Amino acid sequence: MTAWEDLVTTALLGTDRRPPVTGGAGREAPEALLDEAAVATVRRRAGLCPAPAARRPEPAAEDPRPALPAAAARRLAMLLSGRPGTGTGGRRGTSPDLMELLPQWLAAANARGFAAPPQMLPALLDAARGRTDLRPAALAFAGPRALWLARLNQDWRFALRAAPGGGTTLPDPEDVEAIRQLWQEGLFAERVALLTALRARTPDAARELLAGTWATERAEDRLMFLDSLRTGLAGGDEPFLEQALSDRSRNVRTTAAELLSALPGSALAGRMAVRAGACVAVDHTGDGPVIAVEAPPECDAGMERDGVVAKPPAGRGERSWWLGQLVEATPLTAWSARLGGRTSGEIVALPVADGWQGELHAAWSRAAVRQRDADWARALLGAPAAPEAGGPGAVSLAERAKLLATLEGGERAGWVAGFIAAHGLSEAFQLLGVCPVPWSAPLGRAVVDALDIARDAGSYPWSFSGVMGLAERCLDPAEASRLDGLLAVPDEREDASPGAGGYWAEAFQRLVTTLRLRATMLAELEHAP
Amino acid sequence: MTQQGVRWSADQVLALASDAASRKAGSRLGAAGPWSGAGSCEEGTVWGLCKGSGSKPYQTIVDIAGPAGPAYKCSCPSRKFPCKHALGLLLLWAGEDDAVPTVAQAPDWAEQWIAGRRKRSEDKRPAGGGSSPAAADPEAARRRAEKRAERVTAGATELEQRLTDLLRGGLAAAEQARYGLWEETAARMVDAQAPGLAARVRELGAIPASGPGWPVRLLEECALLHLLDQGWLRRDRLPEGLAATVRSRIGLPASADGPPVRDRWLVLAQYDTVDVKLTTRRIWLHGAGTGRTALLLSYGAAGRAPELALPVGLALDAELSAYPGTGGHRAALGERFAAPAPLPLRPPGIPTARAAARYGEALREDPWLESVPVTLERVVPVPDGDSWQLADADSKLALPLTPAARSRPGLWQLVALSGGAPVTVFGECGHRGFTPLTAWAEGAGEAVPLC
Repeated sequence: MTAWEDLVTTALLGTDRRPPVTGGAGREAPEALLDEAAVATVRRRAGLCPAPAARRPEPAAEDPRPALPAAAARRLAMLLSGRPGTGTGGRRGTSPDLMELLPQWLAAANARGFAAPPQMLPALLDAARGRTDLRPAALAFAGPRALWLARLNQDWRFALRAAPGGGTTLPDPEDVEAIRQLWQEGLFAERVALLTALRARTPDAARELLAGTWATERAEDRLMFLDSLRTGLAGGDEPFLEQALSDRSRNVRTTAAELLSALPGSALAGRMAVRAGACVAVDHTGDGPVIAVEAPPECDAGMERDGVVAKPPAGRGERSWWLGQLVEATPLTAWSARLGGRTSGEIVALPVADGWQGELHAAWSRAAVRQRDADWARALLGAPAAPEAGGPGAVSLAERAKLLATLEGGERAGWVAGFIAAHGLSEAFQLLGVCPVPWSAPLGRAVVDALDIARDAGSYPWSFSGVMGLAERCLDPAEASRLDGLLAVPDEREDASPGAGGYWAEAFQRLVTTLRLRATMLAELEHAP
Repeated sequence: MTQQGVRWSADQVLALASDAASRKAGSRLGAAGPWSGAGSCEEGTVWGLCKGSGSKPYQTIVDIAGPAGPAYKCSCPSRKFPCKHALGLLLLWAGEDDAVPTVAQAPDWAEQWIAGRRKRSEDKRPAGGGSSPAAADPEAARRRAEKRAERVTAGATELEQRLTDLLRGGLAAAEQARYGLWEETAARMVDAQAPGLAARVRELGAIPASGPGWPVRLLEECALLHLLDQGWLRRDRLPEGLAATVRSRIGLPASADGPPVRDRWLVLAQYDTVDVKLTTRRIWLHGAGTGRTALLLSYGAAGRAPELALPVGLALDAELSAYPGTGGHRAALGERFAAPAPLPLRPPGIPTARAAARYGEALREDPWLESVPVTLERVVPVPDGDSWQLADADSKLALPLTPAARSRPGLWQLVALSGGAPVTVFGECGHRGFTPLTAWAEGAGEAVPLC
């Protein structure tokens, strides 16, 4: 026992029970103990030495991207300090919602290829932890050092899961042997990541890799692997997919059929066209041409093999269910020849007999989305100002949003602008969500005009809070000056809701402030560091 | 004569906030929307009108270059200090060049306040050098000091008695003792006008609940308290420096009577410790010319930020006067010759072994010292089980981080900044380990505050 340990023991038990061994004459035992302990304490502290170092972590991989301009780094710090949960509930006032601008800031910084300031990585990872929608952009911006950090902190493990291959680096695309080895020995997540990455670069090589081990994979794995063939799907995949049509697992068969039907030249698409063609024809017996529909009488083994699901969901007739699947999987290009050489527009305009229009048009819409056929999508969407476009027509809002997504960006925005001009904002939220950001000038103006009309109609701004929020994030900042006229508080009219004018002025002020802030934000990223 | 200099960074502005809620509220006002008529002038004043919920906008003014740190004035009813409007205004000023233009003439409402402040500070200046009220009657002051010394002596003697009683019965019994026993003793020390003793006694009460190894820590602290008591009772036999340290550790007032040293003082770190009644702000400075390290203390009542605020990375051209005792680090801020401006300077660093030795040497002057300010050069943060170390890049030695430093978010900023590579770290090195306060990445880069 060292002298110090001896002192501690004595102190613990008390000098009455354990008189100290040493101790000067003329002093009481406790006092002598305290004297000695004081000397020992100062001596112990003065003699402290550094400890042997623990094993050092491997340094983080180099981030070759250039550093952020100083102003942009400050902006990021400010956006991150707005976390968490700002703008939840209640009136939002006139100041911008900083957290909502973070995704845009990240996208802009990523587009310019800047590196994240390392000391902000913890705040960035915390933000991404709380909001899954932020993760892809935040992790891309955070770069290799964030993954390095995530290995040291349990709270940030999500970053490793989100990163391809669980954070391990994928082999070089040229290194055939390493790829083969990882494919044969890797964990499931690593193999999916490998296949996805390979498919994006060399689609044929990825398919061949998969085909090599196909027979030995488990059913769930086969489904996941098959799904990754969606990227870069081409005619060369057909033989493999045809073979998968006779797979043991029904889900694998269905997915293979779906992929094949997206290849208009495939044999499966041809078979489906024949089946669908037998059900749909132009009938000239009446006053004018009418589309007559005769739904398939049965679902035979051939249909089932080609991915048609025989049993309809509850509440649907089985014949219309089968028809929908046949039309959906038929190449849209086949219809012109089948229906008298008409264009897509003419076909959609034809009346449909016996109330089959809803079923038929919905199936064509699904086909247009699956085959990414802009021509048919345009025909099915119709004119944006048409009266039936506003109401619950044959094609639902969600399906229309999907159809819009097949159009090119400018045309998409133009259609939505026309829609808003004719029908107002109440149905527009979902459609606005598929328009490219920042909104084109005609679309932006249509939204602002519609908001102005809504204000004049005397409603409260929070009835439009969804569109307002979108406008804050998506309007082109160059439009800010056009909004100046809307900032004033108008005189209250008799028929208006009490106080609405002030709230609208506040909402528009926030809109303008946010637009200005976005313009500044982007300008800061343009500065040379 | 003050110049506005370079605008501050958002971090530096947010460091002025008294709490997290203010920081958040201020951030949301740091954009052009609610502001109108904002401007700033060369002398370092920023003003603006902020639209609030009422019909009349709030008038907000901040004087960045005040002799005792920024001064604020706002017509809002908030009791936070600085209020969110002042923070928002400064963020606006820090963030966008065109949002707060520099103009020659402030509007009338701002000019009045600026002129009033200038007048007051000029009134004060000649008075400061002359006679203070205490010096007016040296005889009375001496009597008061004697009276207080008697009280402290009585308190120290009583405390010695309590300590010997404690050790006679054993520390094991203290584990069961109520916390109230220590509180009562602490209150007796407050009555004895020895706040330094009171604070130490209060801390003794918390040790038995502080986890494994508490008997060692309790004995250490009892022994050091005993040493302080004895130092006071025999202060007339101590060398002058040590006697001053004892007086300061007891908590007797002292004046910063060291000769004023003018330098460009780089702000290394600023952090607050919050008590029930008091917020204490510590600001570490590094003299660019003298190479000295100095500590400024500033206090605020509970819930209010201490008035002195100096953002990390700025340097101020000013005079400092040292307080006597306690290693000579503590100083008072004298005249400031210019507003703080960024200074891309790093204090020279040392390896870990030198840092530990420096703490040992400092104990000679002040055996009660918890830690010394140190800049470590080329160290790597290294995980060590549940804890962390700062390991020399060029040797096999490392300093452990203090338990408090392990649980702070600043740890992760430090780890992120390093990425496994060597960094320069300023912090406090003591017997419980190293507390990192500010770090610099290798090569170029600004100071990153970790607290």
